Parts: sequence; C-alpha cells; structure tokens
Amino acid sequence: MDQEMIYLGSIVIGILVVASIIGAILARSVKSESARNTVANLNARTRSWWGMAAVFSAAVVLGPLFTTILFGCLSFLAMREFITLNRTERSDHEVLFWAFFVITPLHYFLVGIGWYGLFTIFIPVYAFAFIPFRRVLTGETKNFLASTARIQWALLVCVYAVSHMPMILRLPLQGYEGENAKLLFFFVLTVQLSDVMQYVWGKTCGKRKVAPQVSPSKTWEGLLGGIGTTVAISTCLWWVTPFNPWQAALMALLICLAGFFGGLVMSAIKRDLGAKDWGSSIAGHGGFMDRIDSLCFAAPLFFHICGFYFGTGMDPRPPEWVLQLLGK
Amino acid sequence: MIRRALAFGIRILTGVRRLYQAPHGPGPVVYFANHASHLDFAVVWAALPVEVRELTSPAAAHDYWSKTPLRRWIAQNLFQAVLIERLNVTRESNPLNALLKCLDEGRSIVIFPEGTRRDDGEIGEFKAGLYHLARSRPAVPLVPVMLDNLHRVMPKGAYAFVPIIAQAHFRAPVQLQEGETKPQFLQRARSALFMSEPSD
Repeated sequence: MDQEMIYLGSIVIGILVVASIIGAILARSVKSESARNTVANLNARTRSWWGMAAVFSAAVVLGPLFTTILFGCLSFLAMREFITLNRTERSDHEVLFWAFFVITPLHYFLVGIGWYGLFTIFIPVYAFAFIPFRRVLTGETKNFLASTARIQWALLVCVYAVSHMPMILRLPLQGYEGENAKLLFFFVLTVQLSDVMQYVWGKTCGKRKVAPQVSPSKTWEGLLGGIGTTVAISTCLWWVTPFNPWQAALMALLICLAGFFGGLVMSAIKRDLGAKDWGSSIAGHGGFMDRIDSLCFAAPLFFHICGFYFGTGMDPRPPEWVLQLLGK
Repeated sequence: MIRRALAFGIRILTGVRRLYQAPHGPGPVVYFANHASHLDFAVVWAALPVEVRELTSPAAAHDYWSKTPLRRWIAQNLFQAVLIERLNVTRESNPLNALLKCLDEGRSIVIFPEGTRRDDGEIGEFKAGLYHLARSRPAVPLVPVMLDNLHRVMPKGAYAFVPIIAQAHFRAPVQLQEGETKPQFLQRARSALFMSEPSD
C-alpha cells in the first residue's frame, strides 16, 4: 500500500482522536444550556466522522469498484431525501421510478466500467430528454415544468455531481498514475474541513451574517476564518497531490468557495421547501444531503479543472468489450 | 426469523422507523390508520416492536390476498393477517366477527377505517366498522396511526414502488365515550390521527 496514503490516514485518525478528547473535556466543563447543546452537537458530529472515516478507508483499501458502489448508494440516499422533501405528485410516480431504479444505477454502471464519453452526457442529454418524455405520457399538464425540473435537478445534484468523486479515481494526471485515491482524499478532506472550520469559527466569533435570509448560521467571520484555516491545512498536504504548494492553495480555495456556495444553494432549496434539515439519518448531521451539500457543486468543478490543467485527457471511447458487443 | 427480516426489509425500503416501546399498555389493541397504499398494513406491522408485532394481525382484504396460493401464504404465514371479506358481506361472513375473534384470542389488529385507499394523501371519512368494533369491545384501546407519504411510495393504481421516506406516527389511544353517537365518535377518532404528541 502507498506510504503517503498511510500518512494521510494517520493524520485523519489523529485529528479525530484530538477532536474526541476535546469534545469529552468540553462536555464535562461547559455549564450553560446553549453551550451544552453546541458541544453535544459537536460530539455527535465527531462520532459520525469516525463512521465516515471508516467507510472511506474501506473504500480506499477495497479499490475503485467498491468506491463506485459506495458513492452510488450515497447518491441514491441523497436523492431519496431530496425527492421526499419535494412533495412530488401522483403523475411524477413513474418518472421517479425510472430515476431511482434505472437512470441512477445505469449512470454508476458507466462510472464502474469507465466509459467517460457516455458518463458526461448520459444525464445531461439522455435523462434530461427522457424525463419530460415519460412525464408527458401521463397526460397531466399541471405543474409540468416545475415537476420535470425538480426531478432533473435531483438527478443532476444528487447523482451526476456526486458521481464525479469516484470518477476522480479514473482521471489520468501527469506523473500521478495509480495515486488518484489521494487526490479524492484531498478533495473530500478539504470540503469537510472547510465545513467544520466554518462551523467552529462561526460559533466562536461569528457576528456579521453573510446571508441571513438563506442560512442564519453562516457569518463572515466563520467564512473567512474557516476558509483561511482550511486553505492553510490543505496547502500543507500538497505533497500527496499532483500540485505544487501554491497550486494546492488555489485548488483548496476553489474547493472551499464552491463548497460554500453549494451549501448556500442547498440551504436556499431547503428553505424554499420549508425544512431545516434534509433528513435525520446521521446523528448530529441531519440527513445525508446535509453532509454532501457542499460536495455536490465542488466535485464536478474540481474534476474538470484538475483535468484541464494537470490531466493528459480522458478517453471518451467505450471499453473494448462494449465495442465488441455493439459489433463495431 | 423470516418475519423479523421481512419487517427490517420493509423499514429499509420505506424509511419507516421502528418503535422501541409498545405505544400502549399490555393486552390487545386496535391500531387504526389512514389508508393510501397496499403497503400500509405491512408498514404499521413492521414499525411495531418485535414482541408486540408477533401478537399483531393486520386486517387484509380477502378478495385480494386469497387470489393466489402465494398471496394467501404471504398474508397468513408472514404477516399473520386476518383476511376480511369485503365484497359479499352476509351475516355469516361479517368481517367484524373475524376481528373480534382475533381480539378475544389476545391478538392486536390493524385496520383501515376509511375502507379503501385514497390516492391524494388526504384522509377520507371513516366507515362505521370502527364504531361497531369499539362498541363490541369497549375496554380495548384504539390507537390512531398516522401514515405519512405512503401515497407517494406506492399510490393507488401504480405498479412500481418509489423509495420516498415514509413515516408511521403512533398517537394517543382513544376510546368510545358514554353517550357518544356514531358520527361524533368517528369524527373524534379521525381527528385523533392528527393529534401529534409533544415528543413527535
């Protein structure tokens, strides 16, 4: 196994151990009601983090196929929360069946076999057309555009965007063959660190709100402190990436900003739907969607910018066996 | 064992949470829920704690669940359902008798007082069955169960299932009060479905 990967894993375990110890000390020492709630929330987050780190390590050890299946399940669960909150109607039922049980598995199948050309257009072209085609067959014209757009968004955000993370494993990069798992690690760690740091900075010294109507917990202090800290930490990890230190800093900044806006957009959607959390599946974190909201928009951006500046070009052609199957 | 796995599977598919405590004291009760999908009885059944579930028989339509031997086996052996005659009700095949027999044997039952599935997520007027049940066994508590989102999981007329997260909310029990008329009671039982408890 890759030596650097072991270092990375140790760093994460170290951070989690420190966070757990601090959490345990804080839980004993704080007195006021609100502070106790904050600490309880923080500790619940840390516990969930242990779980997520364990699952992620399993993915790294067991390889790309397992990682693809893992992200496929994540997409499915996130879309489930997204659709549940969206109050879909009877005439959406059949379209939703296709979205959950045909389009999502097929899309991840493309990730699994590494057919990049079809992967990039399957949802934006084929699924985009199929959804209104199937919906129009129901004959229901009321809310037609809103209904189809909701399902298209669900697929784009929960499935298409999320699937760029396992696709990072297949991105050919200059002088970085076989090391892509570390790049995915760098990406996920940066987004999640940015979330945690913004939360911690915002809780400790947040005053001026960035977007009070969208997300009252986001403050300028939290944003700047969080991004600053995250960029500093992620830059120190440049040696696991194909970047030099200043490139790593710029990439981390890009990930943080995209993550921040992604989180804000998903908050706005939540508010539009009249909910506070997407679900309650993960203790202290709300639903799955609450954890991956900042990854959604950042993942495709990171993937394509990495590919553009450092990549040697994705091969859009289907795998050999598909060509043989099609007789070409 | 198979039943536990089945209940677990139903909870995974529909996202319904399981209760860890019986929603009432010991002894048989009547669970009554709003009706939106074929999955309703299975969902209420699966949400109950295992020791209560083993002593609970959901009511299922005879005309649907006895059609093939497989369906009959699923209803009787997996869900331990009471099959209820809906179509040609005579004095002998009065559905109430099967339910009362079940209660008298110490088993709880799950019924749907609207009588049929609604496809719009609203809750229809209750039929008289619940009232007759309450009058025949006044000591048995009636536990309202509000089923959320099931009309979206598998609506009437749909062949396919969609994994939307559904919920079963168990409310405080109601009982027939002295001097209460049939419409008054049915109205009160129906509105009890909406009475959420503070912890809910």
